[in-house]
Amino acid sequence: MSLLEVNDLTVQYGNHAVVDTVSFTVDRGESVGIVGESGSGKTQTALSLLGLLPRNAKMTGSVRFDGEELLNRGENHLDGFRAQRIGIIFQSPMQALNPYLRIGKQLRQILLQHKIATGNDADAKVIQMLDRVGLPDPERQFLAFPHELSGGMRQRVMIASALICAPDLLIADEPTTALDVTVQAQILDLLEELRDDMALLLITHDLGIVAGRCERLLVFQAGKLVEAGATVAVFASPRNEHTKRLLAAALRADRGEVLAPADAKTVLGVEGATVSYRDSHNARLQAVVGVDLSLREAETLAIVGESGSGKSSLVRAILGLIPMQGGRVVYAGEPLEGPVELRAAAQRRDLQLVFQDPVSALNPQMRVQTIVGEPLLVHESTMTAESRKDEVITMLQKVGLDESYLRSYPHQLSGGQAQRVAIARALILKPKILICDEAVAAIDSAVREQILDLLRMAQHESGLSIIFISHDLAVVRSISHRVAVMYLGRLVEVANSENLFALPRHPYTKALLDASPVPDPLVAPVAALLKGEIPSSVSPPSGCVFHPRCQYAENICSERRPELRQIGGARVACHRAEEIDLSS
Amino acid sequence: MKRSGAILLFVLVLAIIGPWLSPHDYLSTNFDDMLRSPGLSGLHLFGTDDLGRDLFVRTMLGIRVTLLVAVVASLVSLVIGVTYGAVAGYVGGRVDAVMMRFVDTLYALPFIFFVILLMVAFERNFLLIFVAIGAINWLDMARIVRGQTLSLREREFVNAARLTGVSTARIIFRHIAPNLLGIVVVYVTLTIPQAILVESFLSFLGLGVQEPQTSLGALVDAGVNQMEGASWMLLIPAAVLALILMSFNFLGDAMRDFFDVRQTP
Amino acid sequence: MLLRLLGAIPTLLLVIVLAFLMVHAAPGGPFDDERVLPTDVAANIQAAYHLDEPLPQQFTRYMAGLLRGDLGPSYRYRDYTVSELIGSGFPISLQLGALAMALALLVGISSGTVAALKQGSMLDRVVMSLAMTGISIPVFVVAPVLVLLLAVKLQWLPAGWSGESGFAKFVLPVITLALPQIAYIARLTRASMIDVLGCDFIRTARSQGLGSKAIIRVHALKPAMLPVLSYMGPAIAAILTGTVVVEEVFGIPGLGQFFVRGALNRDYTLVLGIVIFYAALIISLNLVVDILYGFIDPRVKQR
Repeated sequence: MSLLEVNDLTVQYGNHAVVDTVSFTVDRGESVGIVGESGSGKTQTALSLLGLLPRNAKMTGSVRFDGEELLNRGENHLDGFRAQRIGIIFQSPMQALNPYLRIGKQLRQILLQHKIATGNDADAKVIQMLDRVGLPDPERQFLAFPHELSGGMRQRVMIASALICAPDLLIADEPTTALDVTVQAQILDLLEELRDDMALLLITHDLGIVAGRCERLLVFQAGKLVEAGATVAVFASPRNEHTKRLLAAALRADRGEVLAPADAKTVLGVEGATVSYRDSHNARLQAVVGVDLSLREAETLAIVGESGSGKSSLVRAILGLIPMQGGRVVYAGEPLEGPVELRAAAQRRDLQLVFQDPVSALNPQMRVQTIVGEPLLVHESTMTAESRKDEVITMLQKVGLDESYLRSYPHQLSGGQAQRVAIARALILKPKILICDEAVAAIDSAVREQILDLLRMAQHESGLSIIFISHDLAVVRSISHRVAVMYLGRLVEVANSENLFALPRHPYTKALLDASPVPDPLVAPVAALLKGEIPSSVSPPSGCVFHPRCQYAENICSERRPELRQIGGARVACHRAEEIDLSS
Repeated sequence: MKRSGAILLFVLVLAIIGPWLSPHDYLSTNFDDMLRSPGLSGLHLFGTDDLGRDLFVRTMLGIRVTLLVAVVASLVSLVIGVTYGAVAGYVGGRVDAVMMRFVDTLYALPFIFFVILLMVAFERNFLLIFVAIGAINWLDMARIVRGQTLSLREREFVNAARLTGVSTARIIFRHIAPNLLGIVVVYVTLTIPQAILVESFLSFLGLGVQEPQTSLGALVDAGVNQMEGASWMLLIPAAVLALILMSFNFLGDAMRDFFDVRQTP
Repeated sequence: MLLRLLGAIPTLLLVIVLAFLMVHAAPGGPFDDERVLPTDVAANIQAAYHLDEPLPQQFTRYMAGLLRGDLGPSYRYRDYTVSELIGSGFPISLQLGALAMALALLVGISSGTVAALKQGSMLDRVVMSLAMTGISIPVFVVAPVLVLLLAVKLQWLPAGWSGESGFAKFVLPVITLALPQIAYIARLTRASMIDVLGCDFIRTARSQGLGSKAIIRVHALKPAMLPVLSYMGPAIAAILTGTVVVEEVFGIPGLGQFFVRGALNRDYTLVLGIVIFYAALIISLNLVVDILYGFIDPRVKQR
């Protein structure tokens, strides 16, 4: 008998079924992955197993755990299973932890409730657990509040709370989606380490994670289970169309397409860019330190880095949205300086930006036609309303939206559609440089491909230069000519895309590459070698800022700051670049 | 929501055309007819007061005055509040911190004391009632507008507009203002009952509208004096007042819920 | 902490100055209502109360007295100083206000919590409708109506104050005073509790098998009380305002009544004294609220 047996599970809100007759099993000690795009019903399924859906959800079917029925049972009955037999961790640890209570108190309450321990004994058990999940200085963390911890540490606390009663099954709902990729690797390793013979039901949209960590895999589409089987088998020969599409999108991104080398003419030059600002505690945060970059015509330059790397601050300073404290930017021979409001119209129209969150980037009170047409209103004052409208329609068609969208409001559009509108708005003035700040991060993989195609096409047609910011190396690989890697506000490596992925020169680049999940079940995930987390930008480490986490660090690394120098085909900021061999 | 809107509309219409429905006017006294209880005799639907004046007409007049004062006062607080809040929210930083500290301290003071002082000081000038009430109510509006402006400023579409080259004026008028409209309308609807309460309170103390003009608050005040003998003088204006207040509150609540759904994507 | 205290002083000063100006800006003086006096006698009286001095000088004289704790004599109640009058009126108003606040918190928070837990049920709707009625009917309407019903017609409770002994005389005034606050607090508690119960961390607590009692006690109660705590400042001010009406209607010799009489009589010092006294009281109570807020919400940074 399987540990968990789900039969014909259906979850409905009103007449709409978000989970439609889903059946699957999970055996003891097994790791099963649930993959699908957003809205496919993965999270709803997970929550329904423990009865955590809102009151208006109607559930039918059967969920048997160790022989006992769980579906639609009362809270008291379910409480007997929660935490003790089945644990669950959620996606965003900042929201999932109570910000008003100390960590220790939240965890010990679980022990108290299930009568496992009381008083000092409970405290001791909590501290022991915090230690097991890898929190440094667990006694101190016991008294800490959630907001005092970093994202990775908070997720460790969540894991501690889910595992403290040693359940038989752990449900993990997108546990690493909100985390940096190197931290993600740590957390996934931690889960593996702590698992022992506990079963794991891992829900994610990332096929790479499933490939590396799950023995079996379930594919969801629009509430239905469309394919199930051993991970290796499904990857090798998928039977369902949707699965094939998902795999194709993931693999294409991973394999990367080698693009034609770009023209030599430099369009944008950045020298010694420095950006800093004061945070809420009035401390000075060094967001960007001494960055040199150049961008050529019809080239896509990717800037990668994790949170705190300064990539967003850099481009916003280039664009004049925030002030730059030092360095200069040159565009088409002219200096680009000062706040954007004071810049020449010609400069403003030539540099455009597409944001990560398309919903926030569009004025909810404006129709699509007005949104896309506004740049024309500002820069082409001689155009008539008619010709403006024609131009807007042409642009919309280019991004794959037909005329019927003219009168739509942003809240009526899907994420992908909204992002296309944002791109249409950015491209309507035919800029020379387009900056995409995590533009596809919030978009499902199938739609993501279409948008990347769109960008490639625009580049091909008009010689558009693109600066593509992303934390997702797979995406970067498929679209960029050159890649610049940033860490804590500094450039650590700049190289041609091909070369970088084949042979990284900087330990951090290697760590990023290793940490990125590979959508191939035959390739074992690399153990996360990078310990700890990104230090604060307020008091960065001395010398090479990466040295505390670098396995190759030596004395010189903590004393002197490495300059960017040419090694092979790349520019690398590492004292030991020639000596260490990073080929995997 | 529709129901409260309908009730209010009905009351408004009644207030406007009401006096024409009755053969009496609001100030002619008739000492033969004092304190007549409500009924159809002599066509005194609501009865008469202690000076023989018809209560129905006076109540209608009371509604008009109360609503007029409330709406005008709310507009005053709207103008002050929105301007103050929008400036604080858009400029941000130190300026915002100082401005909001000011609002916070004012918030806790019993303004009503100042208003009473004002009213006494300036001899019950009708215009001053509006100013006084507006002066009390702008705080809420300022807070709300400032909060909304702050969050709007952080929205990327404002940055997108800046990048595109949209002028600051156009940003404020075309981008920020329309997004404020919803919340402003909601809060005006909620400010009106507050204004009504203040005005009624003042009239109750004898500091508001002066004879022979009357407002609902003044009618209630008169009614209290006649409470034991002629209870209708108290109950009728009180009931009308409560009805109006409830309708505005319900309407405002419903509108707030409605706009909440629209705003969250 | 010290900074907040220091910040309160300018506010208080502002209040004093404003009040002073307004009181003296009013046309007419404190002695106009009385029988007409021969001019030299009138002049002597004016001089005795320093009313013939230029305004700034009167102000300085007042401030000096204030710092000594002397609020001056009442112009109307000639035999008493303002401090004495406040001393006699305040305890009564305090009793009323404190009882009303306690009642409001007790009934408001519990009914709001129950309504939130049973959201959408008949009980919830009834409670909320009552609350809506409570905030829609002004105190000065409720008071006389209640008196009419309960005191005059049904004779259950006393209608007046003086001459009555025992606890019964408190009942009507306190209830009247508390009603709108009960309504506000109930609505606020309900909305806040519903908000908190919808938060992700409550779902986490459920997933940990904590059971609803523990969830509310350990996780939900503290954050849900924050908006109510913030409301305490305005609530106190509202209750103080309410005492004015209640004292009028029930004939209670408290500060509210003194204030209204003083305003009507142009009794400058009395009015000023009461305003300043109340303002100081509210400002200090607000400080306490602020501090309490900091204890509950750990994200509030103490600068």
